[in-house]
Amino acid sequence: MPLLKDGRIDADVWTLVEDGQELPESGPVLVSLARLKAEHASLLAGNHSVGVKLANTDDPADIAAWLEKISLIALDFPKYTDGRALSQSQLLRRRHGYTGEIRATGQVLRDQLRLMIRSGFDAMVIDEADAEAVYDFSAHELSEFYQSAADTTDTIFVKRQRARQSKAAE
Amino acid sequence: MYRYDEFDDTLVRERAQQFRGQVERRLKGELKEEHFKPLRLQNGVYLQLHAYMLRVAIPYGQLNAKKMRQLAMVADVYDKGYAHFTTRQNVQYNWIALADMPDVLDVLADVEMHAIQTSGNCIRNVTSDHLAGANRDEIEDPRPWCEIIRQWSTFHPEFSSLPRKFKIAVTAGETDRAAVRVHDIGLHMKKNAEGKVGFEFIVGGGLGRTPFVGPTVREWVAKEDLLSYLEANMRVYNRHGRRDNKYKARIKILVSELGLEEYKRQVEEEFAAQNSWEKVVLPQEEIDRITAYFAPPKFEMLSAASPAFEAFKSESREHARWAKNNLRPHRAPGYASAHIALKQQGEAPGDATSDQMRAMADIGERFGLDDIRVAHEQDIVLPHVKLDDVPAVYAALKAAGLHASNAGLGSDIIACPGLDYCNLSNARSISVANEIQAVFADPEFEDEVGTLHVNVSGCINACGHHHVGHIGILGVDKKGEEFYQVLFGGRADEKAAIATIQGPGLRHEEVAPAIRRVIDTYLSLRRDGGEKFIDTMSRVGQAPFKEALYAAA
Repeated sequence: MPLLKDGRIDADVWTLVEDGQELPESGPVLVSLARLKAEHASLLAGNHSVGVKLANTDDPADIAAWLEKISLIALDFPKYTDGRALSQSQLLRRRHGYTGEIRATGQVLRDQLRLMIRSGFDAMVIDEADAEAVYDFSAHELSEFYQSAADTTDTIFVKRQRARQSKAAE
Repeated sequence: MYRYDEFDDTLVRERAQQFRGQVERRLKGELKEEHFKPLRLQNGVYLQLHAYMLRVAIPYGQLNAKKMRQLAMVADVYDKGYAHFTTRQNVQYNWIALADMPDVLDVLADVEMHAIQTSGNCIRNVTSDHLAGANRDEIEDPRPWCEIIRQWSTFHPEFSSLPRKFKIAVTAGETDRAAVRVHDIGLHMKKNAEGKVGFEFIVGGGLGRTPFVGPTVREWVAKEDLLSYLEANMRVYNRHGRRDNKYKARIKILVSELGLEEYKRQVEEEFAAQNSWEKVVLPQEEIDRITAYFAPPKFEMLSAASPAFEAFKSESREHARWAKNNLRPHRAPGYASAHIALKQQGEAPGDATSDQMRAMADIGERFGLDDIRVAHEQDIVLPHVKLDDVPAVYAALKAAGLHASNAGLGSDIIACPGLDYCNLSNARSISVANEIQAVFADPEFEDEVGTLHVNVSGCINACGHHHVGHIGILGVDKKGEEFYQVLFGGRADEKAAIATIQGPGLRHEEVAPAIRRVIDTYLSLRRDGGEKFIDTMSRVGQAPFKEALYAAA
């Protein structure tokens, strides 16, 4: 399945390493929260780029201490109607200030893309033949937002205020 | 009434366009029904027993003549000439073709209306007091805050795939006409010790399979914290609400399983952790802008007594009865709020024909300062009517067959569409409601009985709110036959209580005679002419009423 990064197809260089499995010699590795907790000292000191795959019941606060050294967080949509990862992503971006990649995995459908992008996802694995075109369309179907979110703070409320201020300045 | 600016308009039009694309993909087979379902639901499109149903949002029940006429046009052009006003102050159409839905959304957008989030596992249309801005007991008008909540919740990126649907109601009256204690979040506007107006947060009430009267999570939240505190509640729910069983997925189950104290602790912790990027604070100018749309209309300086109104009442018992039952006191002298009960004997509760909708639009425009509301009792309300105009209003209502004089009485029954329309339902609701209405067909008897709320649901999902009826009726299916359980003692107001099931279900034809016996028991037990059914029941207990219920001759 294609991986989209910032809306463009990208090669997936990450190796998912299951708990108990040995790490490869080199290259970026994606591990579970349990493994990160248990082995963070060696993992983060080694020659791997480290990513963590969270279950959607995991608390993003649990990885707050290591966020600066983590370059990928994979969040899961076990069903497309399960929106827990949207809260996790908002927390990672806005509360914990994480700036690395947040990748959506699981059942990722085109009609969810806008919600994901707004909530802070910049990557997703999506089962679409023409993934880039689908992304370009879905990301821009709506042009205005009432909520400040992980993608933009330039909300309708802010724009109205700006219009009022520029009117007052005239 | 709030008017869209360019931003609101853009959003609603883009949404209509987006849904047009989704419907096209569905009709071409590119989108599976399984994946289309949550998309159509978040736009109010249900698949019913016979056809698709479209539920159109009427935010906090607020309409005007122009909108009402457009709703009538939709009924004529795209449906079978009628529509159904709902307990959530919305309107629904039962026979619109899926292929026509996008066109309907376009014509709704022309009058600043939409079907956004009228269904699905998201924050639903916010509801409120149908007498807001007119009644005598509110602390301030709750509608600006309803509109602010509407905007904040529209396409909220984080809260669009919740464990289950989420309903918010706001009231500002001493008397709660918005049933805030039986909502996922109920907001009751109150003053704190310093006299500042804010919101009491009531969380985890609800009806459905497991009814709860919601507990207070915070006595008072400042206005500037309203949206942030809502977000804190929503986030705790989105992250921790159950998703393993849809019948245990509402926030009421989370609050009940965690316990109020633990739920509260989690919300307060989340609220305290919000940083400045996360806080949702509207500029005061924006709050002022929205509030200005709800400024009180310029009421004429009138005398409290109207000779024309007095003459109207003394003309006939029919007039006197409508005036007594369907008018509510208004804050401005010489005005009243008029209930249009969509509860004529034998009609489906909440239904109106397109002609009736146009008549209500005309009457509201001419005599009601162009303000028309939907009440959660499935009725329409004209909040601002001059007493001097009551004779003309009544004549016009009567000409349209909208003069049922039963607002708040036994035949003003709240009922879901039931098995006649709904694919969840176990039993018919409309026919049993009509038979109970017939118990009150004699106006003198109905007036003698006085205030009585009867609620009928065709299944356990409780869309007819049977848990909060003074008398609740619940349809159940027993081996292919319809039975009706009877509940006593519910109420949805500030003294909210969940009704108690009395015992085995009755057959369809047994229900109305049993209700008659219960009413006769009330009449024999009540203290004086003034004691209401619900008050007699709470004074003497439910036992004599239960005995009457099952005392078939």
